[in-house]
Amino acid sequence: MSAIATAPPLLTAIGHDAPRIDAVAKVTGEAQFAGDLRLHGMTYGRLLRSPYAHAHITDIDTSRAEALPGVIAVMTGRDLPAADPYYGHALKDRPILAIDRVRFVGEPVVAVAAQSPAIADEAITLIDVAYEELPAAVTIDAALAPDALHLHDVVNLRPGLFHGLGDIHLEPGNVCYHHAFTRGDIAQAFAGADVVVEGEYTFPAVYQYSLEPHTTVAQWTGDDELTVWSSCQHPFLVRAELADLYALPVAAVRVVVPYLGGGFGSKSYTKMEPITSALARKSGRPVRIANSVDESMVTTRRHGMKAWLRTAATSDGRLLAREVRAWFDTGAYADNGPRVVATGADAAPGPYRWDAVQVDAWGVYTNTSPAGSYRAFGATHLQWCGELQVDEIARRCGLDALQIRERNLLHRGESVRPGGKPLDADLIGDIRKVAVGLNWETPKPAGIVGRGMSVGLLAAGAHPVSTAIVRMEADGGATLLVSSTEVGQGARTVFRQIVAEELALPLEQVRVLGGDTGITPYDRSTGASRSTTIAGLAVLRAAADIRSQILSIASRVFDLPEEALTVRSGAVWHEGESIPYPDLIKAHFGMVGGELIGHGEVRPERGSGSYAEGPVFWEVCIGGAEVAVDAETGRVTVNKAVSIADVGKALNPRLVEAQEMGGAMQGIGNALLEEMLFDETGTLLNATLFEYHVPTIADMPDTFVSNIVENADGPGPYGAKGVGEGALAGIAAAIATALADAGVRIDTLPATPERVWRALAAPVVGRVNEGESVQ
Amino acid sequence: MRASADHPAPILLETTVNRRPVSLEIEPRAILLDVMRDNLGLTGAKRSCDTQVCGACTVLLDGSPVSACCTLAYEAGGREIETIEGLAGRHGLHPIQQAFVDRVAIQCGFCTPGFVLATKALLAENPRPTRSEIEDFLGGNLCRCTGYWNILDAVADAAVRLEATNGQSETS
Repeated sequence: MSAIATAPPLLTAIGHDAPRIDAVAKVTGEAQFAGDLRLHGMTYGRLLRSPYAHAHITDIDTSRAEALPGVIAVMTGRDLPAADPYYGHALKDRPILAIDRVRFVGEPVVAVAAQSPAIADEAITLIDVAYEELPAAVTIDAALAPDALHLHDVVNLRPGLFHGLGDIHLEPGNVCYHHAFTRGDIAQAFAGADVVVEGEYTFPAVYQYSLEPHTTVAQWTGDDELTVWSSCQHPFLVRAELADLYALPVAAVRVVVPYLGGGFGSKSYTKMEPITSALARKSGRPVRIANSVDESMVTTRRHGMKAWLRTAATSDGRLLAREVRAWFDTGAYADNGPRVVATGADAAPGPYRWDAVQVDAWGVYTNTSPAGSYRAFGATHLQWCGELQVDEIARRCGLDALQIRERNLLHRGESVRPGGKPLDADLIGDIRKVAVGLNWETPKPAGIVGRGMSVGLLAAGAHPVSTAIVRMEADGGATLLVSSTEVGQGARTVFRQIVAEELALPLEQVRVLGGDTGITPYDRSTGASRSTTIAGLAVLRAAADIRSQILSIASRVFDLPEEALTVRSGAVWHEGESIPYPDLIKAHFGMVGGELIGHGEVRPERGSGSYAEGPVFWEVCIGGAEVAVDAETGRVTVNKAVSIADVGKALNPRLVEAQEMGGAMQGIGNALLEEMLFDETGTLLNATLFEYHVPTIADMPDTFVSNIVENADGPGPYGAKGVGEGALAGIAAAIATALADAGVRIDTLPATPERVWRALAAPVVGRVNEGESVQ
Repeated sequence: MRASADHPAPILLETTVNRRPVSLEIEPRAILLDVMRDNLGLTGAKRSCDTQVCGACTVLLDGSPVSACCTLAYEAGGREIETIEGLAGRHGLHPIQQAFVDRVAIQCGFCTPGFVLATKALLAENPRPTRSEIEDFLGGNLCRCTGYWNILDAVADAAVRLEATNGQSETS
């Protein structure tokens, strides 16, 4: 772990395990989440949801509900109080409430606001909706069938405010996005190959399960000012979409974000805010809509995917070419589907040196609940497929998993994709650390045991636009205003460290305010592992702005050039003499009072910062696993998980490790446990946590090894780059490769006991994904 | 609203919450979690799964952890309820809370009150639990952020801290 860049001179607050700024509030129950808010006059919203996957709404009778005492308002898709009833940040395909047609089981059809939740629940039972069922396409294959009904008139869909993926040219059908690229001569590369491995793979729809279900409170002041308190990750994007819906200036919409009870992408972009705000407008009262878990499950999920891949190599294990076709099930509305498809396509080749690559990825509408973001999307979908093929090639060429990767992984500075950022990490160094963590050279324990590793890249950072403000008060204390959402990752703790470092203040003298678009300045989003790297850089610049102001003041007071001065311990120093900040501020304003205001911004350094020119950095998705399989039951135990956090610089190592631990556990869930099951009518069969299993404390691996790699090669503060997503994709794929190493060939995740048992029982020749060896 | 089969007359709930006597009228069907959060303003217990799986709504009833989302408030009559709000004393955090803070067993914090209370019940029953005993006891509490590692550490650390105070905190 050698630093290749010169470390900043002090690092008194950075690189240390600063305590979480929110720990005490959270451990005492004082921390406020959206569901803890009580507004004066607040009413309770409930939604009547569609029982059909696809149907015309022929009639809605709300009269009995409206007559129920305590009901304040009843709203249908026909009387939405919005200038534009359609939203969607990528494609404006979604009505606030279903308009004349429902497209998935669980789609909101009628909203009720009442004086109590019980009255709202009762009112929902008094509404009569008549439907005329339509044929439903609840799988990718059904939606792509020539005779499938089209869920949307895609040719006439309007782009959302944040499509961000180029021109939309959609053919009539159920494809909402197609991302494709070709490099090199794919046919020639395959024709010249000694070894070709081919397979089809299926990845399930997965529920993010943040413990806090989506919760939103909306309040109007007149008809032209809206305040929303919401469990959302991207308040400024929500604000923009709400302003668009109601044709208001953006500043007339205020989005306040309390603490979030987890997000993992499930609270990215706009979710319950349009319905809640419309219902509040309709009822003239503040309204809260708090999803239950089964409602959150049909609010957003991870895309299910099916894919076909083939990979070519020489007989001595040089990777030559890869061809990928992947179809992502985005459900009834696009949500973040286009971005997921693009990111998945980017991740599909894997970080290897290819002569030729061809990738086609499609986002497909189906009559199921909408799919959007979930931690490490795209990479989690496709990394395991590609890595299984790399390992299979290694087996056929007489190499082991480490050797083939050492031979083929990209080196720092090599091109990952044309026009994009070159590789900014040492992947071979990283994968060797995985091998060490797995005791790669030692014999495996007895039984059906496998060891696997995986490595991939994820385009991270999203759009690089963030701003921050630091206020230094007359007493020398600093208050940071920044809008990154504290979703549990510890962003506010790390931001406090950055301000403390730049201003040479103790942590206790830095306060962090956040998550209020009416007060704290613009931040594009909280996701894609961007907060430390991009918002953190804006924070650093805002603090540095204050430092330069205080140095300028001190220069006048000392009557010395700024170069002769330094900041240390809350004061400006010249040799042995110091003046504390409060004295300098007093000298500046001529009284005890006033404040210094520092501003920091991050914007694209060149070009537009678009996805095509990015990413901001490549997040390394890497992991190792040792698994044991019970031959009788097919149950898989993870003996050991190994994660490598290639973070450039760990500003708070303990929080980095915490991200790795949490991400790894979600990787275990995605690989072994979790799968949303829709029946042929499009109904979710496992809509409770009884039936949908997320990892419990008993699912922990016996051992977890995490290494932090600090090569100071990130674009963020002090050489940092983001962390949080890589372990999920890396560990999930490592479990798949470890199972293959144990002789269990899995082509469908999760690797449930039944699938593993069947794979063990299958005759070797008939096992899937063996592919055929050419020549 | 007049009493009827759908809307029976309110009943009187007399109970003890965080060592204070509480007396209030509730609907017979009222759920303990709603009474805690909506009537008493104690929002530390969180609503998540509604099915007694996740443990986010955990409170202690006569010292035993229960899922308040699946408990009728009526059942708490004449019993002692302890919530996260009652745990910290005048002299600061309870040793279990301090262990969760020090071991960074907290991320989003939504599950934290439930884990802390379940840990209190565990350590009252088994002051030095093994890893597998901790896993058994805390199987009814879900955390999606931490991967549980730091929670496991915090529980073990809390056991040591409580032992050091000779169980004094049980009455604090």
